Amino acid sequence: MDWEYAPAPESAAIGRIKPRYQMFVDGAFRDGRGSDLVTLNPGTGEQLSTVSTASSEDVDEAVAAARAAYDKYWSKISGAERGKYLFRIARGIAERARELAVVETLDNGKPIKESRDVDIPTASAHFFYHAGWADKLEYAGFGPRPRALGVAGQVIPWNFPLLMAAWKIAPALAAGNTVVIKPAETTPLSILVLAEIIADADLPPGVVNILPGAGDVGSALVNHRGVDKVAFTGSTAVGKAIQSSLAGSGKKVTLELGGKAANIVFDDAPIDQAVEGIVNGIFFNQGQVCCAGSRLLVQESVAEEVVAKLKSRLATLRMGDPMDKNTDIGAINSALQLSRVSALADSGDDEGAERWTAPCAVPDRGFYFPPTVFSNVSPAMRIAREEIFGPVLSVLTFRTPDEAVAKANNTPYGLSAGVWTEKGSRILGMAAALRAGVVWANTFNRFDPAASFGGYKESGFGREGGPAGLGAYLTNAEDGN
Amino acid sequence: MSDRIAVAKTYKLFVGGAFPRSESGRTYQVTTAEGAFLANAAQGSRKDARDAVGAARKAFGSWSNATAYNRGQVIYRIAEMMEARRAQFVELVAESEGIKASKAQVAVDTAIDRIVHFAGWTDKIAAVFGGANPVAGPFFSFSTPEPTGVVAVIAPEEDSLLGLISVVLPAIVSGNAVVVIASQSRPVPAVTFAEVLATSDLPGGVVNIITGSAAEIAPWLASHGDVNALELTGAEPELRTALEQAAAGTVKRVHYSHGTPDFFGDPGTARMRAFLETKTVWHPTGAVSLSGGGSY
Repeated sequence: MDWEYAPAPESAAIGRIKPRYQMFVDGAFRDGRGSDLVTLNPGTGEQLSTVSTASSEDVDEAVAAARAAYDKYWSKISGAERGKYLFRIARGIAERARELAVVETLDNGKPIKESRDVDIPTASAHFFYHAGWADKLEYAGFGPRPRALGVAGQVIPWNFPLLMAAWKIAPALAAGNTVVIKPAETTPLSILVLAEIIADADLPPGVVNILPGAGDVGSALVNHRGVDKVAFTGSTAVGKAIQSSLAGSGKKVTLELGGKAANIVFDDAPIDQAVEGIVNGIFFNQGQVCCAGSRLLVQESVAEEVVAKLKSRLATLRMGDPMDKNTDIGAINSALQLSRVSALADSGDDEGAERWTAPCAVPDRGFYFPPTVFSNVSPAMRIAREEIFGPVLSVLTFRTPDEAVAKANNTPYGLSAGVWTEKGSRILGMAAALRAGVVWANTFNRFDPAASFGGYKESGFGREGGPAGLGAYLTNAEDGN
Repeated sequence: MSDRIAVAKTYKLFVGGAFPRSESGRTYQVTTAEGAFLANAAQGSRKDARDAVGAARKAFGSWSNATAYNRGQVIYRIAEMMEARRAQFVELVAESEGIKASKAQVAVDTAIDRIVHFAGWTDKIAAVFGGANPVAGPFFSFSTPEPTGVVAVIAPEEDSLLGLISVVLPAIVSGNAVVVIASQSRPVPAVTFAEVLATSDLPGGVVNIITGSAAEIAPWLASHGDVNALELTGAEPELRTALEQAAAGTVKRVHYSHGTPDFFGDPGTARMRAFLETKTVWHPTGAVSLSGGGSY
């Protein structure tokens, strides 16, 4: 019997992709002085649109616009009024959710069911949550009269383009800051649709400014003397460079960087649920997630069973057209990222790990990497230590809980971890022992604006979401010496 | 009788709960504010700093795992030990800083009261800066603050005792372990504070005090892979910038006062928060129906 799914493609027309997009500065869409960039549809490898980019003069103008907006308007109005603008933006995103999901999938390559069910609704929720904080900042735990910092310079990655924009813009505005933000070079479109929503919300000109461009624009922005606060999400290498370059500047900095999360499965875990969690942990968004569960630590006594069930589950995943509502695994974001993932996977072969590739057809165009599992991985191998940022899982084993903790923590990173066991005391004990900012127990990759997210150690500092996330955008002269 | 010859003390480092000399064998002369000889202090080295980081890392495990109630009692005990040596500290602070005894008295009393203040924070931090997260789904989610790890501190140069306590206590209340470089020109109150720590119940290694030159020692701490955070309120601006740069090598958390700190004022919470990590934990809530299909 043929159980193949019939294709169920979402219509690309819903995205209303324009042939060309412009920067958003001081409340207006206009051309930047940088050269246009071409953004591709990773699902096909074809050109999707062109985008005007910023030059350093444009950065100057955007920062000046943000400063003027802060001085003249945004710092003068009440928190309640700021909150109402944020509520408008939250609603605006929800109203254009279907369009945004299509734009996101076309520009990023992630499956439409993920952009539709996770990225876009969570982005709207993030504005809704922070809207409510705008007039309650004195209750957030940072002293009686917390104040905004001024102009925030923000740089975001390509893996969750709209969601990362929401994570950055919403708390900054709620706390009373104005924003200049640079999206990733390969995913500039959804944030420029957000710019339309922001304009439609009548947000005062200059409160949010959006500058597409490459790393040079990001560097000019974070190092700009008119910026009071820097927030960066991206690789640990770039995060370190930013932290170093900002030494002595007095700017407040938060960094959300890489990870190499351990997903730990004990022998008493509900194995079928754990397998689903392992799949979600590493193959959600093609593994291009900083908190991806890229190291599976499985207790020796059940390792064979877990890996066998995992492979049989992976064999049922559907990789292909990101716009197809049935697609589980979409495209890698760019040819460059695909080559990085391939190179790191090849190092696994070279170092003696055993590669298994899910038996799925690889489309003949676009950027795809099939789900891959490495067994016989030792902790010293590159695939066990380095962030791959792709759909590649490394399997290691352990015998005792102490060994699991030691192996899980044996990394310079500390962003997230997973624990699978039916034993409540073990969950809480493991949660306390793991040096990671988020611990998912009997679940994985859950995100909510009310729950703070961020790393230990070289995964960065500062939090996003929850009361702790507001602290990244507030200061309080009265709180401490 | 005033012709008795006083017994002079050799001032040493405080590392891992013990009082070693600097492994370098070096000392330097400490004078009063008027320039009279006060003591020879150990001139700490790179090796001393590394030993201190090792001691701090070792102490971090048990100190951070101690109950908050226990940490509060231990820190309160520090205040008890200090209260008993109030007069001695007043004398040392007055001599070191060249201020009147009455002014030194205020600094010492404020320092002791500050320790009592922080002793009371240990079991409040998690409630004030953490809690349950009302997430939109069938999950129980909570966030709780945890100590960052090993914090390297440069103590303020001027406020030899109150400054030291103001930068060290906010780090240890939550369970961090500290390596602190004392005021270079005024180290005697810091080393005497080490004697207080040694006779309180604070486990060895939770606070390690190095005397000597911050400019020489601090760069080794700022680039040390096992140091998680820097408290640079006591660093000169130029040194501070260099240390901030070095800190980026392993993404260390960095905190310092903006402007001139008023250690006599309300200490607030910013310095405590600087050395905390928020951990968020999620678990499904399951499918138990309390209503059982009926109403109640």
